[in-house]
Amino acid sequence: MTRTPDQHAQNPSPQSLQQAAWAAAAAVPDPEIPVVTIADLGILRSISLDEEGCIVAQVTPTYSGCPATNLIQQMVLEALNEAGFENVRVESVLSPAWTTDWISSEGREKLRQFGIAPPTETSNSKRALFGETLVTCPHCGSGETERVSEFGSTPCKALYRCLACREPFDYFKCH
Amino acid sequence: MTSNQTLFSYVLRLADDHLILSQRLGEWCGEAPTLEEDLALANIALDLIGQARALYAYAGQVEGRGRDEDQLAFMRYERDYQNLLITEQPNGDFAHTIVRQFFISAYMDSFWRRMESSKDEMLAAIAAKASKEVTYHLRHTSEWVIRLGDGTRESHERMVEALDDLMMFTGELFEIDAVAQEMLQSGVGVDASDLKAEWQHTVQTILQEATLELPKAGHMQTGGRTGRHSEHLGHILSELQYMQRSFPGLTW
Repeated sequence: MTRTPDQHAQNPSPQSLQQAAWAAAAAVPDPEIPVVTIADLGILRSISLDEEGCIVAQVTPTYSGCPATNLIQQMVLEALNEAGFENVRVESVLSPAWTTDWISSEGREKLRQFGIAPPTETSNSKRALFGETLVTCPHCGSGETERVSEFGSTPCKALYRCLACREPFDYFKCH
Repeated sequence: MTSNQTLFSYVLRLADDHLILSQRLGEWCGEAPTLEEDLALANIALDLIGQARALYAYAGQVEGRGRDEDQLAFMRYERDYQNLLITEQPNGDFAHTIVRQFFISAYMDSFWRRMESSKDEMLAAIAAKASKEVTYHLRHTSEWVIRLGDGTRESHERMVEALDDLMMFTGELFEIDAVAQEMLQSGVGVDASDLKAEWQHTVQTILQEATLELPKAGHMQTGGRTGRHSEHLGHILSELQYMQRSFPGLTW
């Protein structure tokens, strides 16, 4: 506990340290979709203290090829440093595998407001992956939409178009 | 071989499959027939490189000699690569690229789904992601197979040619060697020989819709798993490894 940051109370409990660290890490925005945080997306898995008093942040990759993964780890490290935590380690955990079901309802709403249709739930069903789902237009709410391309500007998105309001939009793919 | 060496070898060959195929697909970047397809091929390549990275990182950890994913990807010689021969075949025309990807995605779809129940926690975790990603690859390439096969006379003929050219590389997908056998027995690996019927069913269902036929299986090429490659791999590696060979340890 020798490296406890000054702004925290003298001899703060491990619990309050963890909470403060969580708050700092949870606020890190997703580099590709900055309206949502890594906590909204379910990327931040846990914050714990190891035996030497080091803050251990566990993050999980989303899509295997997501180029933002390394950047997110770096950003978490910096956010914790800025919050006064110097003894910090960021770990990547693969298991259990991230799914879009981990995106919070708040995160889903933020995505919609940003113009990205949030993923449909229960991503593990093969049917959801095979596109038997109804994607609602994030602009006008119409269910009359069609897929333009399976693949979009980032690994997590597909390109759609609304047949009602005619606007193109991104759909956050079910994973 | 100790069981650790076997696991290393098993994970490494899987990583090699994904890296080499990814590198091939990357050659399409900026050259695909439409913008959407350019994005699609690059996205598939990106998924594959992500899977390759996870596999190389794990292989390095299993090996325990301090080699990281970059050293395994960039600092090995041609004969050390154990990728399947089909992954290194040239892009050819668009039909060849689609057929190659379709054959491999149909295989990997079954493969990764079974790997999800591997006794090896890390492989199961990598599989949980990969199996979802490959579903998209299979769907995308299936759509193209149907569109091109049941398209114009020209596109149909090109598909027939691509199927004929690539069929001889599909036997290797289902081979079981000593490494695969040991991994299978320890509950870590997937029984590739058992995937054949499923693969044929998937492929034939789509080909039928595309008014195409799976060519008769004749002589099958083999050798990738023991480092005996077609002439193409050396050329791929000379481009892939150029920077690290010229400036070892380079970062940017």
